[in-house]
Amino acid sequence: MSVLIDILASAGLWAAVLRIATPLILGTLGALLSERAGVLNLGIEGIMTFGAMIGWLAVYNGADLWTGLLVAALGGAMFGLLHAVLTVTLGLSQHVSGLGVTLFASSFGYYVFRLMVPVAGTPPTIEPFQPIAIPGLSSLPFVGPAFFTQTPPTYLAIALAVVLAYILSRTPVGLAIRMTGENPHAAESQGINPMAVRYGAIIAGSALMGIAGAFLTLSAFNSFFPTMVQGRGWICIALVVFASWKPERALLGALLFAFFDGFQLRLQTVLDGVPYQIFLMIPYLLSIAALAVMARRARVPQALMQPYRRGER
Amino acid sequence: MTNPVLQLAGISKRFGDNLASDDISLTLHEGEIVALLGENGAGKTTLMSILFGHYVPDSGTVTVMGEELPPGKPRAAIRAGVGMVHQHFALAGNLTVLENVMTGTESLWSPASNTVAARRKLLQISERFGLKVDPDARLGDLSVGEQQRVEILKALYNDARILVFDEPTAVLTKIEAEKLFATLKDMARQGLSLIFISHKLDEVMATADRIVVLRGGRLVAERKAAETNKAELAELMVGRAVKRPVRDASTPGEVVLEAIGVTVRTGGVDRLKSVDFRLRAGEVLGIIGVSGNGQAVLAQLLSGTAQRSAGSLLLFGEDVGDLTVADAVDKGIGRVPEDRNREGVIGEMAIWENAVLERLSRYSRYGLVDRKAGMAFAGKIIEAFDVRGGSPTTRTRLLSGGNMQKLILGRNLIEHPRILLAAQPARGLDEGAVAAVHERILEARRAGTAVLLISEDLDEVMALADRIQAIVGGRLSPAIDAEHADSRRLGLMMAGEWEKEQVVHAV
Amino acid sequence: MRFERREHRPAALVIATPLIAVVAALAIAGVLIALAGAPVLTAYGKIFTGTFGSKLSATETLIRATPLILTGLAAAVAFRARLWNIGGEGQFYLGAIAVAAASAHLFAGLAPILQIPLLLIVGALAGMVLLLVPLWLRLRFSVDEVVTTLLLNFVAILFVSMLIDGVLKDPTAFGWPQSEAVDRAARLPKLLARSRLHIGLLIAIAIAFVVHFVQSRTVFGVQSRAAGLNPTGAVFSGVPLGRTLVFVAMISGGLAGLAGAIEVLGVKGYVTTDLSPGYGYSGIVVAMLANLNPLGVVLAALFTATMFVGADGMSRSMGIPTYIADVTVALSLLSMLVAVFFTQYRIRR
Repeated sequence: MSVLIDILASAGLWAAVLRIATPLILGTLGALLSERAGVLNLGIEGIMTFGAMIGWLAVYNGADLWTGLLVAALGGAMFGLLHAVLTVTLGLSQHVSGLGVTLFASSFGYYVFRLMVPVAGTPPTIEPFQPIAIPGLSSLPFVGPAFFTQTPPTYLAIALAVVLAYILSRTPVGLAIRMTGENPHAAESQGINPMAVRYGAIIAGSALMGIAGAFLTLSAFNSFFPTMVQGRGWICIALVVFASWKPERALLGALLFAFFDGFQLRLQTVLDGVPYQIFLMIPYLLSIAALAVMARRARVPQALMQPYRRGER
Repeated sequence: MTNPVLQLAGISKRFGDNLASDDISLTLHEGEIVALLGENGAGKTTLMSILFGHYVPDSGTVTVMGEELPPGKPRAAIRAGVGMVHQHFALAGNLTVLENVMTGTESLWSPASNTVAARRKLLQISERFGLKVDPDARLGDLSVGEQQRVEILKALYNDARILVFDEPTAVLTKIEAEKLFATLKDMARQGLSLIFISHKLDEVMATADRIVVLRGGRLVAERKAAETNKAELAELMVGRAVKRPVRDASTPGEVVLEAIGVTVRTGGVDRLKSVDFRLRAGEVLGIIGVSGNGQAVLAQLLSGTAQRSAGSLLLFGEDVGDLTVADAVDKGIGRVPEDRNREGVIGEMAIWENAVLERLSRYSRYGLVDRKAGMAFAGKIIEAFDVRGGSPTTRTRLLSGGNMQKLILGRNLIEHPRILLAAQPARGLDEGAVAAVHERILEARRAGTAVLLISEDLDEVMALADRIQAIVGGRLSPAIDAEHADSRRLGLMMAGEWEKEQVVHAV
Repeated sequence: MRFERREHRPAALVIATPLIAVVAALAIAGVLIALAGAPVLTAYGKIFTGTFGSKLSATETLIRATPLILTGLAAAVAFRARLWNIGGEGQFYLGAIAVAAASAHLFAGLAPILQIPLLLIVGALAGMVLLLVPLWLRLRFSVDEVVTTLLLNFVAILFVSMLIDGVLKDPTAFGWPQSEAVDRAARLPKLLARSRLHIGLLIAIAIAFVVHFVQSRTVFGVQSRAAGLNPTGAVFSGVPLGRTLVFVAMISGGLAGLAGAIEVLGVKGYVTTDLSPGYGYSGIVVAMLANLNPLGVVLAALFTATMFVGADGMSRSMGIPTYIADVTVALSLLSMLVAVFFTQYRIRR
């Protein structure tokens, strides 16, 4: 018992929580944005992989870290455009199209990586984001090192959650997105182009997913290796449901989830009789449990998964 | 009459082989109320959708206040002052009333929605036209009548000078419909110009200044309301003196189906509240009501897709317990569902597969489907029920609404069921198909089938039913004999006023 | 420009779609090969010689195709009923480990004629169980099975890894952890002497025919098809939706589990965590290329295996990253989707 309290009391745990949460926040926000407009983007796992790769590659080739993030965002946006063409213009199955994008984006990412970085004994590294101490706040006891000494992308992620919450609830474009995801015909009757709205949401969401991936290679770690995303994309999809499609809840959900993940990591070192695989399973099982709890209660955007075809009888 | 505000010239539109609009030209003047009349499939909604920019016409122009509109852009139509009140409301259930009205009215680049100004404008308009709403109510929680008010306010908020109403009374009670038409007349007095689409002659005669009749995609006649009558309009609508069949005298037989105090509860809500009815062989029992009052659940209960929570259901005198679909089909209950596309058929499957799907146990041996027998069965139905548009192997999706309904009726009636459950059987069909469907129902009645007819069409129920009950809010009124039924009496029953009436006992 | 639904799908176009899709995928992959600085046509040539050039490569292709046929069938059967089983990978691994455990500890010593069928059943059951969990979550809690099956893949592989590290560890193997080997009697007989080709291929093809028969001729087949095309209509017509989906899940999960079982019994005889190079996910591509048709799955699996084996050889000899095979297969999926779309819709000005 005291072991548990020790873990909970360490600032290191809480710092890790924010770190672990960052790609989840960004990925969940990206998936949420797209789903609010009515399109499920299962390309997230592949887009995060590609974003991780291309952002890192840009920095490896001399770009600064923020440019790396930008490149990752653009890379994500590119695959978002592909998904949008397939699901919005052609109205194909969002499930299959998303899976295809995931397979394509990740395999394409690995291909480009191998092309540019031949196999070596130790994988090459770059200089990642360094934690920034927020003046004043970071010198507070416990809370300082825990919350206010994070790398810039983490602060960015939290800021984006707040911004997205504002955009969806208080701006005209947010209204347009919310209406399109509920009833695209209604949006069209108000003079909005639902296809354009969906395109925008998917592409912007995919850009966020790209940045989520790049966080892994430019901040959490400093190199790229295949399968490093480890299903985080799918966890984000589950978190969207858990968050009831609301950005502020996505932030909380990601933090909660990251807490369990961070806790589990530290528990491993303490409970060394238990196989490590059991601990690694926890995040996935938790996500499934979260879905089971929230799926019925969350109010899903009514037009989610339905292609919108103009003028079809 | 004054200056023209709207001109449609030479509008044509084709969907595949279907010429939905054939060179239609139409003018609307300021302050006028024009009714667009026609049976189902005549092209009324298509024409108005072209006006509003939902569809792009193959040829023709739309001119509003002297300016030609670019085709296919609802935003241009809105800006020009055209507003549409759709039959299936163009509203988002997850947003509030105010949000529904505001969406799309401000620039998408604007960083903040000006809800204060929007609320003020909405309340002003609401006052001016007597359409009361709560701006912060969630749209999904409102009643159908209230939602329609929001749909109208949306158009007015966009400063519409021309308003189009598509079948506005389809989901309203008689009282709500009367209020709506009063509002329309008030709007016209205030200088707005209105078009409303309808297939109901009473409404059209009472409210419109001018009536435009469409048939088969073409404009066949224009009349001033004062210079015509219902009979002429009916004939213009249908093109020939088609009379719908009316039942002849009959003597009902024994009670085949009886419900005593049946309640159906789903999701914690009582959808059917302690209902009673008795259905006899050789008679038609009509259940009349505006949709949304429990008809769907009643149909599901008798189809075997919903189970009762209380009360008893006696089929041929025996308590039926939980009725499954297999039971229903085996015991000889024919079922014609309300939504033929979603419930009645599997569109992508062949006609023969749809013919046998609900009775697969009889068209299979040792778990293998007997395709030959199935195709033969389908062939018989196609022949006997005049189903046109394909052979047994054709994909059912390709059939027209009327032919699909004939297929559905046919697969049930060809087995001479003891009970036929028909929910909105003539919905969305043109006059010819309606007459065919009604004829089949009466034929079954003559042959001794007990028919339970669920309908929202007063004329249909009065023509076909021997006894009538109204369904309101999940409750059934006591039954009245058809002889004692007129539209006023039925209207009152549909509004829930049956306790007060002198009930001539027919149950 | 807009799209208009076609009333009739031109038969010629429907048959040609997989070919069109493959050609398009190869063309785009060609661009990537060119980016790598390699001559494109030579590369394609090497893909084919890589597959058909020698007895070894031809048998390798058939060996690779075997699990793909089964995971392809697993996906096809499920998708047809609109059950999105993306968990083929995890079900594959569970089938594999179940067989290793059962053979080493339960059935050791039994004659092949008994042991092999029993083990195949065990493998199928293991895969089945894994899929029934997401199905239950869907039926009971309305949880979309796409995410749950995906997440369970990771759980299943971790579970297998745990068993291989612990209870089922092969004490005689050094280095990379692997499970105990299955009983010698459980190994599938070879189809071709002095090769790795085993009768699993024949089993897979036979199963494809059985699945086709069940889908097209049985009551269950018609009902599951109805359930996938229009669940509301199916319910109205008395199709027992829940029960039908359970059977579909059992068949789908069972096929994927069987794929893992056959791979273990036929190829290596033991389980490692890299037993599958993504057979579960590739199975989905195979199913889509085959337009969910069981017999088409056999051909699509052969094509996909050809791509992997051929591209492997090509990439080794030409220095192009091996991932070109995965890229091409992923592109085939996407182009197949687009091609099928154009059999259903035409473009109108």
